[in-house]
Amino acid sequence: MRQEEFEERYSEQWKNFETQINLVEAIKLNKSKGENKLTDFADNYRHLCYCLALARERHYSPLLINRLEALAFRGHQSFYQKRLGIFQNIFHFILHGFPRAVREQARFFWTATGLFYLPLIVVFLLTLVFPDLIYMIVDPQMVSTMESMYDPAAERFGTERSSDSDFYMFGHYIKNNIGIAFQTFAGGILLTLGSQFFLLFNGFLFGAIAGHIHNIGYNETFFSFVIGHGAFELTGIVISGAAGLMLGWAVLSPGVYTRKQALVNAGRAAIQLVYGAIFLLLIAAFVEAFWSSTRMVSAETKYWVGSAFWLIVVCYFTFLGRPRSVKKSGSKYGS
Amino acid sequence: MLDTTREIEVPEGVELSLAVAGLVSRSLAFMIDLMVRWAVLAAVASIIGYLGTFGGGLFLITVFVVEWFYPVLFEVFNHGQTIGKKSMGIMVINDDGTPIDWSSSIVRNLLRFADFLPAFFGFGVLSMLINKDFKRLGDLAAGTLVVHKRKLNQPELKFEEEGIAPKIPLTLAEQSAIISFAERSSLMSESRANELASYLRPWVDQDQTKPNVDNTALSIKRLAKWLRGHQ
Repeated sequence: MRQEEFEERYSEQWKNFETQINLVEAIKLNKSKGENKLTDFADNYRHLCYCLALARERHYSPLLINRLEALAFRGHQSFYQKRLGIFQNIFHFILHGFPRAVREQARFFWTATGLFYLPLIVVFLLTLVFPDLIYMIVDPQMVSTMESMYDPAAERFGTERSSDSDFYMFGHYIKNNIGIAFQTFAGGILLTLGSQFFLLFNGFLFGAIAGHIHNIGYNETFFSFVIGHGAFELTGIVISGAAGLMLGWAVLSPGVYTRKQALVNAGRAAIQLVYGAIFLLLIAAFVEAFWSSTRMVSAETKYWVGSAFWLIVVCYFTFLGRPRSVKKSGSKYGS
Repeated sequence: MLDTTREIEVPEGVELSLAVAGLVSRSLAFMIDLMVRWAVLAAVASIIGYLGTFGGGLFLITVFVVEWFYPVLFEVFNHGQTIGKKSMGIMVINDDGTPIDWSSSIVRNLLRFADFLPAFFGFGVLSMLINKDFKRLGDLAAGTLVVHKRKLNQPELKFEEEGIAPKIPLTLAEQSAIISFAERSSLMSESRANELASYLRPWVDQDQTKPNVDNTALSIKRLAKWLRGHQ
C-alpha cells in the first residue's frame, strides 16, 4: 500500500485517538468530564502502535513516522500511568503499611537504631565522667544558649509563650527536623556513609547535651521537655536513616540484581519508610511546639505523657499491620 | 542513531525513541526553577509578613514545602515538567516511558541533596557524565529519565511546484537525507544547492528534457515535498 492510501485510510482514526489523548490529559487535571468517551481507548492505542510498526516496516516518510511516534508516546504515557492514589491510601498506609514496612526492614532499622543510640549512650556516660567533654563536641556558644534555655530558675520569671510563637516554632521544627531527616535519607546513597554520618553525629550531639544538662542539674526542665516529642522525633530520624542505609547497601551489595536495578528496588522500598518518617516528624513538630514547651502542666505529668508516647510508638510498630490471625474453626477441617 | 537516543520498547511491540536531555539543558532548567522558587518565596514573604510571628511560622513551612516539594508537585501534576523544564522543552519520565509517579518523583527530588554533595552538585554532575543516560544519583535511585519533549515543528518547504513521487522505494535513511537537504537548501545559494545535488543527477534526472538547464536541486526538493506529506 502506498503511503498516501495508508494515510487516507487511517488518518481519521489517528485524529480520533489524538482527541482522546487530549481528553485523558485534561482529565488528569480535572476529573469531572467525559470519561465515557474513552471506551475504546485501548483498542485505538493498540491500532496506532500497529500503524507505527507498519509505517516503519514500509519505510514511509520520516514525517509520518515522527507523527505516529509522538502520538504513540503520548498514548503510552496516558495508558500506562500509575494511579495517583497516595492520598486515598494514606490512612491505610499509616494503619498497616508503615509498621509492616519497618518490620520488613528490621535489619536496617536496628542498624540505624544502633548507630544513633549507642554513641548517644556512650557519650552521655562519658560526659558524666568527664564534664569538659561537652566543649569538645558542642560549640561553647551553643552550650550557653542551651543552659539558659533549660535554666529552671528562668522559668519562674518567664511568661507563657503565646500561641503565635508556638506556631512559629511549629514551622521551625518542620523545616529543620524534616529537612535533617531528608538529608539523613539522601546521604545514604553514598555507600551508606551520609546516613551513618548524620545518625552518629546526632547521637553524639544529643548524648553530650543530655550529659551536660545532667551535670549542671537542669534535669527536670530538659528531660520533661524532650521526652514527649522525642518518641516521635528520634524514631523518625532513625527510620529515615534506615531508609538511607537501604539505598547505600543496595549499591554495596546488590545480590542477584545489577547495582542499578538493586538501587531502584531499594529506592521503592525505602521511600515507604521516608513517608512514615515524615508522618512521625509532623507529629513530633506538633507535640514539640504545642505540648513540650507548655508550662501549664507539671514536669511529672509530662513524664507520664511522654512515657505513654513512647509506649504508643513501641506498640504501634510491634502490633499494627499484622495479618489478621485466622481463627481455626473445626468445621473447616471437617469438610 | 545518535547515542543520546534511548529506545524504549512498549508492550504493544513498537519501540519509542526518546532523546535524553544532557547536562546543559538540565542545568539551565534547574537555574530557572531556582529563580522561580526564590520569586515565590519573596512573594509569600511579602504577603504573610503582615501576620507577625504566626506568619513567620507559616513562612518557614512554606520554605520547607517549596525547598523539597516544588519539583515533586510540578512533576506529578504537570506531565513531568517543572517551569524550568518546560521552558527548556524537557520532561521527566519513568525508565519504562510511563509518566512519573509520586514515589519516583519524591525519591529523585529528596536525593538532590546527595547530588549536591560535596559541593555545587559535584556527585550529581559526576554521575551524569559517567552515565550514558545522563542520570544523576536521584535518577538512578528513582529509575527516572529526563528526555527532550518531541517537537513537531517541521520547516515549511516553500515553492510552487508539485511534489513528485520517487520511482523506486527509498529507505528511511535515504528519505531523511532528501528531506533534510530540501530543508537546508533554502539556506544556501542556488548554485551551491545544485552543486551538492549533482551527485544525484544521474538518478534524479534520467529523462531530463533540457540537458543544459540544471534543476537537479529542484527535482530533489519536489521529491522531498512528496515524501514530507505531499501538501
